[in-house]
Amino acid sequence: MTARGIPVGAWIGLAGVGLALVCAAFAPWLAPYGESEIVGDIWQPVGGDFVLGTDNIGRDLLSRMIYGARTTIFVAMAATLLSFSLGTLLSFTAAVLRGWPDQALSRLNDLMMSIPTLIFALVVLAVLPQEMWILILVMAVLDSTRVFRLGRAVAVDIAVMDFVEAARLRGEGTVWIIFREILPNALTPLLAEFGLRFAFSILFLSTLSFLGLGIQPPAADWGGMVRDNKDGIIFGIPAALIPGAAIAVLTVSINLVVDWLSNRTASLKGGRS
Amino acid sequence: MAELLEIRNLRIEATIWPPGEAARDVPIVDDISFTLARGKVIGLIGESGAGKSTIGLAALGYGRGGVRITGGEVRLDGQDILSLGRGGLRSVRGARVAYVAQSAAAAFNPAHRIGDQVIEAAIRHGILDRAAARRRAAHLFEVLGLPDPERFGARYPHQVSGGQLQRAMTAMALLPGPELVVFDEPTTALDVTTQIDVLAAIKAAIAETGTAAIYVTHDLAVVAQVADDIMVLRQGRMVEHGPAEKIITDPEAAYTRRLVTVRTAEGAEAEDQSDRLLDIDGVTARYGELTVLSDVTMHLPRGQTLAVVGESGSGKSTLARVVTGLLPPAGGRVFYRGRPLPPALRHRTRDDLRAIQMISQMADTAMNPRHTVAQIIGRPLRFYFGLRSRRRRDRVAELLHQIELDPSLAHRYPAELSGGQKQRVAIARALAAEPEIILCDEPTSALDPLVADGILKLLLRLQAETGTSYLFITHDIAIVRAIADSVAVLHRGRVVRFGPKREVLAPPFDDYTDLLLESVPELRTGWLESVLRTRRMGSAGH
Repeated sequence: MTARGIPVGAWIGLAGVGLALVCAAFAPWLAPYGESEIVGDIWQPVGGDFVLGTDNIGRDLLSRMIYGARTTIFVAMAATLLSFSLGTLLSFTAAVLRGWPDQALSRLNDLMMSIPTLIFALVVLAVLPQEMWILILVMAVLDSTRVFRLGRAVAVDIAVMDFVEAARLRGEGTVWIIFREILPNALTPLLAEFGLRFAFSILFLSTLSFLGLGIQPPAADWGGMVRDNKDGIIFGIPAALIPGAAIAVLTVSINLVVDWLSNRTASLKGGRS
Repeated sequence: MAELLEIRNLRIEATIWPPGEAARDVPIVDDISFTLARGKVIGLIGESGAGKSTIGLAALGYGRGGVRITGGEVRLDGQDILSLGRGGLRSVRGARVAYVAQSAAAAFNPAHRIGDQVIEAAIRHGILDRAAARRRAAHLFEVLGLPDPERFGARYPHQVSGGQLQRAMTAMALLPGPELVVFDEPTTALDVTTQIDVLAAIKAAIAETGTAAIYVTHDLAVVAQVADDIMVLRQGRMVEHGPAEKIITDPEAAYTRRLVTVRTAEGAEAEDQSDRLLDIDGVTARYGELTVLSDVTMHLPRGQTLAVVGESGSGKSTLARVVTGLLPPAGGRVFYRGRPLPPALRHRTRDDLRAIQMISQMADTAMNPRHTVAQIIGRPLRFYFGLRSRRRRDRVAELLHQIELDPSLAHRYPAELSGGQKQRVAIARALAAEPEIILCDEPTSALDPLVADGILKLLLRLQAETGTSYLFITHDIAIVRAIADSVAVLHRGRVVRFGPKREVLAPPFDDYTDLLLESVPELRTGWLESVLRTRRMGSAGH
């Protein structure tokens, strides 16, 4: 694989994701000020003493953005990984075993999906203590219902293929069939879905933070920053738009990278589809 | 007499994107020239990838799946087809040149009645009005030997058999009175007993309408029955072109000679068939309410080959599923070395599973596309014998050597292998388990004749070396003749005939075996007529 083989879109995506990751990893060194340090007046304009201005209580917006990248990406990534592990494992198990395990899991999944996600999350998070791991867990469980749907549909198709039958004839156990026969062949659609789901996770986290049930102040996260600064929009102050734009750019970048990855894995090894 | 179709220096290209390399154009068909007079039939023959279908479609000015006609001329009655625009081509296609596809089942729209689809082209082109088209359709249905020709068109595609649908498609092509019809493997997907009827119907219809035809097939015996001329193709280039009689009896090119004498695999029939390794005793199998096998009894002697022969729907693949335990039988039992095998897969011991291995028809789908050859062959070694790392690698190389493949292929993925190589890897995977019995479910029917012959030879050699027994499922009598020791003929889920090959394939026959045997095309012109004549005499005598 040479650098020239990567299409322009993928480069843009890689640059965007790379920037966000660097910010997340090296936040304390990159940020000019502390995460919740009040350094100036409220809503100071862009440029001047502060590159992106200050927020509603006079904290440096650039520093908050950099620290926010860390929280936002970590929580969204953890929630997405967890939801994929959970959703994929359960859906593949359902598809391979069929019969009553399939029925039980699928109906439970339908039940979960029939409750609107945001309301579900709001109720659960309002009741439970506000800790980050609980937030991640709730997001992951809610998201895993979507992964389950996709995973089961893909796996049911693969599970009836001759090579899975050959594995059954050999006497292979369910674990081998799930992880060695089905998973590698389901990777392409799952990867594409991963990109989408990660983007949705960021949006969902931002929504929760905006509603006050996500990341708790004074910790910075992009969705929460939009909420903090939303009143400024009325006075023509762009402080709320900057984290909003960051969310949009990261979402688009991730999808560009995932598109490229899923094309690549599909063309290699003569994968199915 | 003026030639109807004239193809000169035809060149067709496609763009390929090899992984990790720049895209490039490769020729699919190169420098093909031939002419076809009115009312004559030319047969295009070759293995898959020879470009025969592509040439056939080029006669309609059509390039399928991104291929482009980049050079040469295609003239229909003096008119250059390739220079026609979209509108011009539309007026030619379906009206003056028609096409009959390989799979009629896939080519008919399941949501419309057959009759409406058959007359559509003629009405669209304004050749006939609806009433006249219907009358002509009924007439063609009759010529093609379809039942109840007046009302046949009112049925939907799923209500008729595959052979009938193929004939309906021929009627569709012939209805507007085209000057040229392209038949693209019209009988390949059919059973032999059906193939002979369709072949006769097509031949009669061609004679009746006086249309010219391009007949594309990989089966030399089939094309010999319908074609006046034959062109042999290989990898997009012409190998030999001449009158059908001459190509068959006196081929010049070495490749054609190999095609003509393709069956070289031959095993001697074992004399002693008393040592029973596998006994299938009174097996009845159902899918839900549908009984697929009823009271099937046969046995497989040790170290020998039992061929199970039958047409599609005869239950022969279901028998394999019963033996492997994928489908527990509704009645009867399977004995292995005199001991009853547990009916369901999950109750069998690992050693039972090891002893019975399977090779399936589609090597493509039988191997995980994301595993390398080494992983595919290595897994049974690890699973059954616990071989690891170095010893497993060595054994994989040994097995690859045994199936006549280069050990360097071990790191390839199945998609990077040819059809024959894939089937060989599947055989190696079965051998890796050191089985007593290998179930071969039509292992050669998806392969080209020369490749298939190589696989059969390999199987015979392996049997001689390892003493493995084969339960060989096939629809091809020629294969049965070549490799079987004993034969079971299945018809609609019942064993019609079972015994040593010399008894099963010798008269007196029962009606079904007789029909099956005489339907196998023979490589001589006039075979079709002689069979049909005997049949008529037979039915007149009854």
